[in-house]
Amino acid sequence: MSNEQTKSKGATHEAREAKWTLRLYVAGQTPKSLAAFENLKKIAEEHLQGEYTIEIIDLLENPQLAEGDQIVAIPTLVRKLPEPVKKIIGDLSNTERVLVGLDIIPSKRKQC
Amino acid sequence: MTNISYLEPLPKSPTGIKGLDEITYGGLPKGRPTLLVGGAGSGKTMLAMEFLVRGATQFDEPGVFVSFQETSKDLAANFASRGYNLNELIAEKKLYIDHVHIERSEIEETGEYDLEGLFIRLAHAVKVTGAKRVVLDTIEALFAGLTNTAILRAELRRLFAWLKDRDLTAIITGERGDTTLTRYGLEEYVADCVIVLDNRVVDQISTRRLRILKYRGSQHGTNEYPFLIENTGITVLPITSIGLNHDALTERISTGIERLDNMFEGKGYYRGSSVLISGTAGTGKSSIAAAFVDAACRRGERALYFAFEESPSQIIRNMRSIGMDLQEHVDNGCLTFHASRPTATGLETHLAQMFKIVMDVMPSVLVVDPISNLIAAGNISEVKSMLTRLVDFLKTNHTTTIFTSLTSGGDSLEQTEVGMSSLMDTWIVLRDVERGGERNREIHVLKSRGMSHSNQLREFVFTPQGIDLLDVYTGPAGMLTGTARVAQEAKEKAETLSRQQEIERKKRELERKRKALQAQVEALCAEMGTAEAELDVLLTEEKSRLSLLADEEVRMGKLRGADVSSRVDNISKKDYQEESK
Repeated sequence: MSNEQTKSKGATHEAREAKWTLRLYVAGQTPKSLAAFENLKKIAEEHLQGEYTIEIIDLLENPQLAEGDQIVAIPTLVRKLPEPVKKIIGDLSNTERVLVGLDIIPSKRKQC
Repeated sequence: MTNISYLEPLPKSPTGIKGLDEITYGGLPKGRPTLLVGGAGSGKTMLAMEFLVRGATQFDEPGVFVSFQETSKDLAANFASRGYNLNELIAEKKLYIDHVHIERSEIEETGEYDLEGLFIRLAHAVKVTGAKRVVLDTIEALFAGLTNTAILRAELRRLFAWLKDRDLTAIITGERGDTTLTRYGLEEYVADCVIVLDNRVVDQISTRRLRILKYRGSQHGTNEYPFLIENTGITVLPITSIGLNHDALTERISTGIERLDNMFEGKGYYRGSSVLISGTAGTGKSSIAAAFVDAACRRGERALYFAFEESPSQIIRNMRSIGMDLQEHVDNGCLTFHASRPTATGLETHLAQMFKIVMDVMPSVLVVDPISNLIAAGNISEVKSMLTRLVDFLKTNHTTTIFTSLTSGGDSLEQTEVGMSSLMDTWIVLRDVERGGERNREIHVLKSRGMSHSNQLREFVFTPQGIDLLDVYTGPAGMLTGTARVAQEAKEKAETLSRQQEIERKKRELERKRKALQAQVEALCAEMGTAEAELDVLLTEEKSRLSLLADEEVRMGKLRGADVSSRVDNISKKDYQEESK
């Protein structure tokens, strides 16, 4: 893992062992990226009760990292843990779908 | 006068792919994206990768391959079988393979996003290698992986603009769509150059074809060109009818059979002409073709034999039985065999392969044995069109070619199944004649342009020493062949003998007669001699008698004193004159 990543541990809770490892890929401080970060923080606070870590990776600084996690769209949120790896793309503005994507709540939609 | 300033022609990026640079007049548009469309398995990835590999190795233009389907490892393994060492190129930073994996089931979309991640990856790869060429294979996978097509389309537009801005020559591959050119309408974005690949299956035989649908700012070949994917890479073969402007040579080339040469003014075929040998099964078409090849190889010329019916070793074995050792020619490199089943590939592919081999081998004589079998790989009009192009090509190369054609049992002998006789300069018809409880082979020259050929039907036989044309025996029922000929030969021999004996007899009789007459003549001569001698004696006697008489008269006259000498003188004078004569 690169040292250059900005690590931001979940709020005040000094987690025992982070249950959720999330990685947010952005490309510079674009409005979409900022919105995604804000939305992610809110959801994590609300639903993950401090058992998480969030890494933010700016691909403008580290373009070589895009290949590893197969990043195509920006912003992309990758759930590294728990397995399996999940990806959510977009500014995370739809909380319900983020929760479904992270398997926090079960999917109500039909699979298409 | 108007001044037309000529602008620089469109700069092009050569592909290095045999044939493709010819039909695009130099390559793909430099610094612009080209759309490569084709169905599954049509060779898009192959062509795109070859463009990059050749760019990196031949034109010093490194490339980036963005694969949306195969992983870098798979690609390297696949292309290793084509003789491309991708890993080596990657290590040398001449090639960069980025596998972009998008799986819809793993991705949840929520809200606004863009494809900046892809741009960053591409930019990174381009920067690392200093790439001039980019392949996106197949970018349509994005449509399958992401649902928001509005975003996708906007981003694709941005991507192509991005590629152009960076002066990257790109190949974008796309799956062929049902109603549109590509399934997701990529042609909307990439409009500079569109190449369509096609792998058509007709009667269970597939043929790969390539066509340049459009090429802005450049002329290009518009036909569908067959192409081959071989272990040396892709070859596009712009095989079209070259036209009727090939030179006609006057040099003559032996048929390999001395007495057959005699039927062609004693000199054989014209060099560079097309010869058709047609006949029913088992009439010896291949053998006559092989004799020609054998003779050419003996002269040290290169020969190429396309076998569509028998394997090379079978041909070699069979020809050995009639005194031709083709193996020797194969061993010393004069003769090249290329055997394939007609149904192995489509006609166009066959043609393309034949062109390629002919160009590799550059033979001076060529055999296609048999051409009629190719019908199995296509219909008659296709075969004819193929043959026209093949004949044109071979004539331009001055390759003397023998085509054999099997005439099926019921058909007229003077009609070829392929209807290609008009393409041929010389047409030899072989046939089996059934007469007197046996079948014998006959050969005749149906046509031979530009020379006075024999119009005689000839019988020919295979001997352990080779093929031989026999003397002609015509009987009351036409030409005699086989045992009828042998019988005729015996009969003629007997007739000759008896005629000779008759002459001898006549000669002897005449001699006898001559001798008898001679004897008679001698007897008469002798008789004549005797008579003459008698006459002499008489004359002498008469003379002496006369002179005696005269003397007596003179003496009596003297006695009588009369003058009578003049009378005696006159008589004696006359006698002397006669004697002296």
